[in-house]
Amino acid sequence: MTTARVAYGGALHEATPHAGGVELEDGRVLPEEAVVWLPPFEVGTVIALGLNYADHVRELARELTVTAKDEPLVFLKTPGAVIGHRGFTRRPRDATFMHYECELAVVIGATARKVARADAMRHVAGYTVCNDYAIRDYLENWYRPNLRVKNRDTCTVLGPWFVAAGDIADPHRLALRTSVNGKVTQQGNTADMVNDIPALIEYLSGFMTLSAGDVILTGTPDGVVNVDVGDEVVTEIDGVGRLVNTIVGDDTFGI
Amino acid sequence: MLASPVAFDAPPYRLSGVVVGPLLNHAAALAALGDAVREAPYKAAPKGPILYIKPRNTLAATGAAVTIPATGAELEIGASLGMVIGATACRVDPRQALAHVAGYTLVADLSVPHDTYYRPSIRFKALDGSCLIGPRVVARASLADPDALAIRISVDGVEAQSTGTGGMVRSAARLIADVSEFMTLRPGDVLMLGVALGAPRGRAGQRFAIEVQSIGTLEGRLVAEGEETPA
Repeated sequence: MTTARVAYGGALHEATPHAGGVELEDGRVLPEEAVVWLPPFEVGTVIALGLNYADHVRELARELTVTAKDEPLVFLKTPGAVIGHRGFTRRPRDATFMHYECELAVVIGATARKVARADAMRHVAGYTVCNDYAIRDYLENWYRPNLRVKNRDTCTVLGPWFVAAGDIADPHRLALRTSVNGKVTQQGNTADMVNDIPALIEYLSGFMTLSAGDVILTGTPDGVVNVDVGDEVVTEIDGVGRLVNTIVGDDTFGI
Repeated sequence: MLASPVAFDAPPYRLSGVVVGPLLNHAAALAALGDAVREAPYKAAPKGPILYIKPRNTLAATGAAVTIPATGAELEIGASLGMVIGATACRVDPRQALAHVAGYTLVADLSVPHDTYYRPSIRFKALDGSCLIGPRVVARASLADPDALAIRISVDGVEAQSTGTGGMVRSAARLIADVSEFMTLRPGDVLMLGVALGAPRGRAGQRFAIEVQSIGTLEGRLVAEGEETPA
């Protein structure tokens, strides 16, 4: 099953894919530009992975002080940072390096506490696409990555669709890519995750209970480049979705 | 099992589940690091507010038992004022910041002691039930000055720390302003003011209490993993 949450005609709706765009639960079929796309599920705890693709580790190696690790590099975000498909993300005027990150988002469907690797996938409800922006100008070496870099309003994009786990044959065999204004800038495959999904669920549930609606952003491969005001950034994962986002400037916010 | 739910179910005090705290907001705590702040891996003193998140699995009410993982003998008992947001705060001016607060409560932020602030594992701060909030929210108007409250922490009935909400790098108003510069605070969100230098530690079997006279006493107890039984 593949669903979205959209706003249309003064109400929230569940939508499903349709050849003409999206179909609301009441039968209305609309072009995808006609609805407002929300994150496709009620977002609980947002758990993000840093450096979970070997090539991205190499890409950032000069900036980072570590290259090897024995524990997944995890940080948290608040649901307030999240927006949906076709949304607008703010690039502050003083930023010089703001980049996207295309990530497979794993949505938890059943409470998970001290779950063994072999049982982990039973706790996955489904998947969506995440574009997890970072503004590296604001990086400080205190509780990295600090929230000012990674937990900004409008900077975590989720959607368009929630795709049920049963509809994805192998989440560790999905090609993902990002394009900026139509030019492909990032390509990878979820097969290259350092810590795969069962490993992440086993690790996380070992100290924190995961609940339905919690989401694990599984990290990004190399190929992150700076984006500017006006850029259309499309993060896409085969079989999961194509997530569109547009960068806007401070002017839009009256700043 | 999730930690016992926290709900101040009387608008505008219904909590959203978002709890955020600042690292090293206590000026003495930052000063205690000395020259280390300029050395690797930090290389510079913090500029913006350095924040951490207590996710929803950590939230618990007063009286809750906090399980100490089998891997550690003690938890640090961080005590903070909790500012419960009552009006959406986005890029607010410090002079108007406190007007966005519905009221104040107490937060017991329990963490696995760690001496690195560079990139500590979230398991130090995201343990189930490790963020107690309560015992109640007092209306903003009933507290004259959130930056001048005395806080007493006791362990097994013995005073372990006497501190307060003063001496912060960022006052309550300044912290709300600086956080809301990049992340909008919404009604029911809780922003901690920060934990003072010298937070006590507790081990399994001990009880702790955090008291601010005008707010009340937030209590909890520590239990060893595998020995979680009702009080």
